[in-house]
Amino acid sequence: MAEFAYEPEPASVGLAPGESVREFAGKSPWRLAGRRLVRNRVAMAALALFVLIVAVSFAAPLYAKHIAHTDPFANNVNGTTVVDGKTVEVLQQGGGPLKLGETPIGPTWHANYFLGADNQGRDVMARVLYGGRASLLIGIGSAVLACVAALLLALLAGYFRGPVDVFLSRLMDLIWAFPIFLLAISLATVLLTAPDGLQWGPVHVDPSSLWIPTLIIALVYVPYVYRPVRGQVLSVREKEYVEAAVAQGASSLRLMFSEILPNVLTTVIVMLPLMIATTILTEAALSFLSIGVQPPQASWGTIIDDGQDLLYSRPWVAIAPGIMIVLTVLSLNVLGDGVRDALDPRAKLRLKG
Amino acid sequence: MALFIVRRLIGLVVVLFAITVLTFLIFFATPGVDPTRSLAGRNPTPETVAAVRHQFGLDRSKPEQYVLMMKRLFISRDLVSYGNQALKVVPAITAAAPVTFSLVIGAAVIWILLSILTGVLAVVLKGSIWDPLLMIVALIGISMPVFWLGEVANLVTQDRLHDTFLFSWVPPLGYTPLTENPWQWFLHLIIPWLTLAALYVGFYARVLRANLLDVANEDFVRTARAKGLSERRILTRHMLRTSMITFVSLFGLDFAVLVGGGALLTEVVFGLPGVGLLTYRSLQSLDLPVIMATVIYGAFFITIANAVVDILYARLDPRIRPT
Repeated sequence: MAEFAYEPEPASVGLAPGESVREFAGKSPWRLAGRRLVRNRVAMAALALFVLIVAVSFAAPLYAKHIAHTDPFANNVNGTTVVDGKTVEVLQQGGGPLKLGETPIGPTWHANYFLGADNQGRDVMARVLYGGRASLLIGIGSAVLACVAALLLALLAGYFRGPVDVFLSRLMDLIWAFPIFLLAISLATVLLTAPDGLQWGPVHVDPSSLWIPTLIIALVYVPYVYRPVRGQVLSVREKEYVEAAVAQGASSLRLMFSEILPNVLTTVIVMLPLMIATTILTEAALSFLSIGVQPPQASWGTIIDDGQDLLYSRPWVAIAPGIMIVLTVLSLNVLGDGVRDALDPRAKLRLKG
Repeated sequence: MALFIVRRLIGLVVVLFAITVLTFLIFFATPGVDPTRSLAGRNPTPETVAAVRHQFGLDRSKPEQYVLMMKRLFISRDLVSYGNQALKVVPAITAAAPVTFSLVIGAAVIWILLSILTGVLAVVLKGSIWDPLLMIVALIGISMPVFWLGEVANLVTQDRLHDTFLFSWVPPLGYTPLTENPWQWFLHLIIPWLTLAALYVGFYARVLRANLLDVANEDFVRTARAKGLSERRILTRHMLRTSMITFVSLFGLDFAVLVGGGALLTEVVFGLPGVGLLTYRSLQSLDLPVIMATVIYGAFFITIANAVVDILYARLDPRIRPT
């Protein structure tokens, strides 16, 4: 049984246990948190893994062109590849347990068709890398958009209060009341009923544009960031330093952006990695249901969907993108824990094992 | 208390109304989208489109359309699918609901038992290698897309290891009603239950562990220890009980979300004909009335469940009751 003990709360600088005041004296809270994060080896390993996945995914065109020598978006049903010096067809006749139809080639573990091919003879490894690019763009893009939008709305609501606050908060409550997944499904389905893309005034959105899933996912997650941040804005607004700025005759804009904003930013920064993890999972789910990323684009979710038909004959098509999702989301969750520990003053309360 | 219930119920009605309006607007009034595109087949003639529009009332004004749609959904209950005019939407949902409930209730039992076990074990074993190990496994559980885990489970139990003693008992994908054959019902659902529970076990175990460690600093735990109670008794009778408050409120929300549509992906992967699979089939054909109905069903279920939980809570704990 573990022993539990109180760690006395350090002075208001917000030191974590084991840190000496001298070491951190005169440092800004941001540098302090940054230093704490850098010292967290587990969080740094997670960050390294995430950066690696991002780098590899964005190098997808290089991989396809220089290593795999294939175009992962072109149909290659009649293509051939060389395995152990022999030329073999990418789609093999009469494979599989029933000896019927065509089965794509399995993993060759060579540069060309490393993980085999999918139903249309396309290189799965190259597609997984390209898919990662789309998944990461949508995941990061929608999380950042949701956070920025929520931050701006929360600043407006918390600063002006009154009718602005009532209106914005009711609107957020309504979106919140909606089950997130169903809202995303509804929006995605309806936007897909326009096969030629959408035309809003001068703006034309192609149906395969990554903007559609990005905006949908961003929209449904705005209330999740808005709620805690608005509460913080309301309390920061009452602080003496804001009063001091008011007394100096500061404008509303200055009050919002240079007095209040920096003091609520930590909440958003703590939420960001966890939000990206969530949005990546949401994107994967929507794409798996074929209402997220649309062909010719591919994402991890759509590749798993493609792999469903080949699950028993060529399982790598579905397994590989899933492993990438798990690694990405896992690294973001661990990183998020580290960021929270570094920034959240509650981390002062520690338990001795 | 009565006043609180009345206020909560009025709030509930307002939210339910807002949900139907918002859903209707999304499906039938999104700018740049024509809801008849998908219902008249490919390259429809203008006459077909006009006929179908008239049949579904889409040639009337938006408020009229809304009233008509809600009347067919809630009062006459004869809203039909775009694609298959014989499919009445409301009875289809009622028929599918027991499958979804079977899936979610079974998974919930598993995830509650396993997460309490894991969370408590992690606290008891704190300081040893087992605590971080359990938490890493829990984190991996949280990070997995449920549909992918389901496919891997299918791959193993239906194909790769199906002919070994391990999984030869696993029946083919699908569903047998409880009333028809309880044993087959159970066998069909074991793998889906475990798959759906995996994510929640991880999450709940982590929440419970953090909560138990928080509670460990409370005065009443110190008092209990000072009284000379055994550690086991302190953990089960004092700490675990307090932590259950967070646990139960979290559970209420997650359960409602799953029944209200969150189990969709699990149903799709395992071919369970629940409400989620119904939604999925209509997604494939962009069958707007069915999707709208299942979305409203899910949102209603979740909102009503939340209100019930709130009222029960206020009854149990007067501190929560707002004035």
